[in-house]
Amino acid sequence: MARLGDLVRGIRSKNAGPFMITVDVFCATGESFDRVRAALSAAGIARVFGIDPASVSMFEIPGALALKFSFPRPAIQGSRHDRDMHGAQLALLLEEADFPGLEET
Amino acid sequence: MSTRVLVPSGVLGLGFDSDALRRGIAWRPDIICIDGGSTDSGPHYLGSGTSKYSRDATRAEWAALLAARAEAGVPLVLGSAGTSGTDATVEWMFAITDEIAREKGWRLRVATLSSSQPAARVAAAIGRGRVAPLAPRIGPDLSAADLHACANIVALAGAEQIGAAIRTGADVVIAGRTTDTALISALPIMNGDDAGAAWHGAKIAECGALCSTRPLSGVVGVVFDEHACTVEAFAEGARCTPETVAAHMLYENSDPFVLHEPGGHLDASRAHYEAADNRRVRITGSQWVAARSYRVKLEGARLAGYQTTILALVRSERYVRNIRTWLARLESFVKREIASRTGLVEGPDGYGIEFRAIGVDAALGLLETKPSNPSEVGVLVIVTAKSQARATDIARLVNPFLLHFPLTEDEELPTFAFPYSPAETERGPLYEFCLNHVMEIDDPMDAFGLEVRDVGDGQTR
Repeated sequence: MARLGDLVRGIRSKNAGPFMITVDVFCATGESFDRVRAALSAAGIARVFGIDPASVSMFEIPGALALKFSFPRPAIQGSRHDRDMHGAQLALLLEEADFPGLEET
Repeated sequence: MSTRVLVPSGVLGLGFDSDALRRGIAWRPDIICIDGGSTDSGPHYLGSGTSKYSRDATRAEWAALLAARAEAGVPLVLGSAGTSGTDATVEWMFAITDEIAREKGWRLRVATLSSSQPAARVAAAIGRGRVAPLAPRIGPDLSAADLHACANIVALAGAEQIGAAIRTGADVVIAGRTTDTALISALPIMNGDDAGAAWHGAKIAECGALCSTRPLSGVVGVVFDEHACTVEAFAEGARCTPETVAAHMLYENSDPFVLHEPGGHLDASRAHYEAADNRRVRITGSQWVAARSYRVKLEGARLAGYQTTILALVRSERYVRNIRTWLARLESFVKREIASRTGLVEGPDGYGIEFRAIGVDAALGLLETKPSNPSEVGVLVIVTAKSQARATDIARLVNPFLLHFPLTEDEELPTFAFPYSPAETERGPLYEFCLNHVMEIDDPMDAFGLEVRDVGDGQTR
């Protein structure tokens, strides 16, 4: 099992305002960027976070060797059901996740 | 002409490297800009109109920046004063400024910018079709009643309002809620520097040295000109590289290429980052796209009840092993007890109750995938009700069961650990964010107020 977190330089999740979460995946090399880009998709991200794939926007930023995923917050920031004010623990789920295709090459 | 903007830190209250600030002053900035807030700490600060940071820490840092301003002889601009940027926190910062000025024997001209919005103003704008929801939609169409239910509403000021405050000639600008970027872009835009570069450089510098190899050091500077901007960090050994700078464009921004601002947006999709030398980065190719109308973003927070919490520590190995079963049994038992003793039911008109198992899945809830084998579990119960007294009374009702509830019916009652007495803690009001909208205005100053006042009783500025 290859965990995504072991193959990239870093993953962070943050609020983008009170209503959105944005997750950034930073790769160390161009080769790793290509491999991770091929393995990750909006649907894969939606599975990890238990959300609707149609609500996920995916961006590729080759200049920063980064991928970005943004989606509406599962609970509005600071509302009664919110567990994590800054949304930063969500990144850990992605770090610990395994994606088909990640181990090849 | 070129404009040099010094940013001491990502936010007032977080601290900065004072040697780096000295180097930043020696760099001869045209203005010093620092952000004072954000929604990132949650709705409490907007709802209550209070600052997240300690008054003493804020005062000490603000005194250091006021002294830096005196040395540099340039304006000092604070945006989103006191976390939420309400009128109350603008006045809080104004009072702190007055105290410091008296202590130092300064006489300072201070411009304050008000971003607070009376509910009636926004309600009138709805009536004229000038308020629109943003994605994601957070509720049904906004009504005047929704607005009157807000404890506080602010609009985010842009470069125009900050520019107007700077043009008063004030020594110090204390602005209410402002976009982080507008603070920094205002003077370059006034000076006729490239607008795309102004907004892009502002985005890179908004969190201080986060765009460098030494993120905690705080102090960065940006030189803006007719074509580009160049960013550098001032701490010993800190470097800005094309990678650290490009990465910051992603930070807390849902779209890495587009940044919406009052009056238009930044398109950074064709931006180019190049090393000017081994510690500075030059950014070219950013475009500012002006909008047909002038729209400002609104933020609002309303009261959503009052909370009381209660925490118990479960150390018994058998209970820890069966914690999910025990919690499920406790939860349904407690809800039945609340219903039979108070007649209240769970829901917006009754009460709310959350059970969080710290050590198991408190941070992630149902999304948690990792099996845990903790030595103890903290059980945090959060009660929400329409009044503080009601929330506390429900928590007191929960108290004996949280302390003694058995795993099975035919066993001796256990006793868990309460860390303090009373076990209940009143959290006060719970606020929630309730606006994700923009409001169109004719003139940028229509929804903002500018006031110029002198503080201190000394002779020097």
